[in-house]
Amino acid sequence: MWTFFHKLGSPPWMYRISGQILAVLLPLTLLLLAGGAVWALFYAPADFRQGNSFRILYFHVPAAVVSLAAYYVMAIAGAISLIWRMKMAEVAMKCTAPVGATLTFLGLVTGALWGKPTWGTFWVWDAKLTAYLVLFFLYMGVIALYQAYENKEAAAKACAVLSLVGMVNIPIIYKAVDWWYSLHQPATIKFTEESTMHSSMLQPLLLMFVAYYCLFACALLLNMRTELLRRGRGTQWVRRIVEEGADAGRNGGMRAV
Amino acid sequence: MPGLLEVVLASIRRQLVLAVRRPSDTLSPLLFFLVTIALFPLGIGPDPQQLAVFAPGILWIVALLAALMAAEGMFLSDYEDGSLEQLLLAPVSLYMTALASVFSHWLLTGLPLTLLSPVFATMLQLPTGALPVLVLSMLLGTALLSLVGSIGAALTVSLRRGGLLISLIIVPLYVPVLIFATAAVQAAAEGFDASSQLFLLGGMLALAVALAPFAIAAGLRISVDAG
Repeated sequence: MWTFFHKLGSPPWMYRISGQILAVLLPLTLLLLAGGAVWALFYAPADFRQGNSFRILYFHVPAAVVSLAAYYVMAIAGAISLIWRMKMAEVAMKCTAPVGATLTFLGLVTGALWGKPTWGTFWVWDAKLTAYLVLFFLYMGVIALYQAYENKEAAAKACAVLSLVGMVNIPIIYKAVDWWYSLHQPATIKFTEESTMHSSMLQPLLLMFVAYYCLFACALLLNMRTELLRRGRGTQWVRRIVEEGADAGRNGGMRAV
Repeated sequence: MPGLLEVVLASIRRQLVLAVRRPSDTLSPLLFFLVTIALFPLGIGPDPQQLAVFAPGILWIVALLAALMAAEGMFLSDYEDGSLEQLLLAPVSLYMTALASVFSHWLLTGLPLTLLSPVFATMLQLPTGALPVLVLSMLLGTALLSLVGSIGAALTVSLRRGGLLISLIIVPLYVPVLIFATAAVQAAAEGFDASSQLFLLGGMLALAVALAPFAIAAGLRISVDAG
C-alpha cells in the first residue's frame, strides 16, 4: 500500500496512470453526460408548476454541488501539500482552482437562466446566491494569487494557506438556505430521510451528479497532466514523451492518450 | 533572554512609536473614512430619511474599505527594512508576535474608527438609539477585519502589485463580517434587538483570534522565503 502512496508522488508514473484512467473515464463521462441530458430533457416528466423550465435543474444543481466539493478537494490538497510537502498535492490544488471556478460560473449562469422564468429575475441578492458568488470570488482570489507570485513554489504554499482560510466560508454557503429566509429553495435530496422529489425526476438527476463528478475528475486530470509536463520540461521522461509523440506523428498514427 | 510577554509588549510598543513618528500612516485611513462618508450625501441626495435608511450600510462599507487600505501597508515597511526577517528568526513563537502586530495595527486603525463612528453616524442621520450597537459592532467587527486583513497582507507583502491583489483575496472573507455587522446596526436602527448578530460577530472574532495567527505566521514565512 505504501508503494502505491510513494508512486503517487512520481510525475512520470502519475502521467502514465492518469493517461490510462482518462482513456476509460473520458468516453464514460461523455456517455453519462449525453445519456443524462437526453433522459433529463426528453424523458423525465415535466414539473407540475414550473413546466419544462425546471429541467435546467439537471444542469444547475450538479454544477453547484460539484463546485462546492471542488473547493474541498482544493483545500485538502493544499493542506496535504503544506503538511507533507507533496508536490503532487500542490499540482492537484493548483489545477483544481480553474476547474472549480468554471463549474461555479456554470452554476451561476444556469441559476440565472432558471431564475428568469421561475422568479421573474436573473439575479436577486439573497443569501444563497450571494454566498455562491463569494465562492466564485474565492476561486478567483486563489488563481490570481498563484499568478502573482513569480516563485511558483511560494505561490503554491500561499494558495494553500488562502484556500484553507477560505474553507471557513464553505459551510456558510452550504447552509445559507437553512439559516436565512431565502428565495432559493432548500435542498430536496436528503440522505437521512425520504427525498421530497419523485423518483422519476430524481433518477436522471442522480445520473447527472455522477456525470458531473466524472467531468470534474477528467478536467482535473487533464489539467494536472499539462501541469506535470510544464513542470517537468527539461527532464528525461518528458523528453521521451515528446520524442514518442513526434515519432508517432511522423508515422501518421495518433498518439495514444 | 526576554520572555514571551516582554517580546509581545516590546513589539506593540515599537509599532506605536513608529505610528507616532509617522502620523500620516495612521491618519490617512481615518481621513479616507471621513471623505468617503461625505461623498454619499452628495451622491444619493441629502434627504435625512433616505440617508438614515442607508446609514448602516454606508458606514460599514466605508469602514471595510478603510480597513482594506490600512491592511495593505501593514507588513510592508517591516518587510522592506528586514525587521520582518528578524521577527521570523527570533526564538519566540511567531503566533504570538503575529497576534501582537495585529493588535497594534487594530489599536491604530480599528479603534480610532470605532471611536469616531458615532460622529459619522450622526452626520448620516442614523437614529441615536442605534449608536451603542454601532459602536459595539465596530469594536468587534474592526478587530475581525484587522485579523483577516493581516492574512491577506502577510500573503501578498512580497509581491510588487500586492495592493490590487489583497482586495481580491480578502474581500470574499470580509463578506460575513459585513453581513452580520450591518444586520446588527439595521436591527438596532429599526428598534429591534441586535444581540444575536452581535453574539455571532463575537463568536467569529473568537474563532479568528485563535486561528488567524497561524495563517498570518504561515503567510509571513512564505513571503520572506519567496523574496
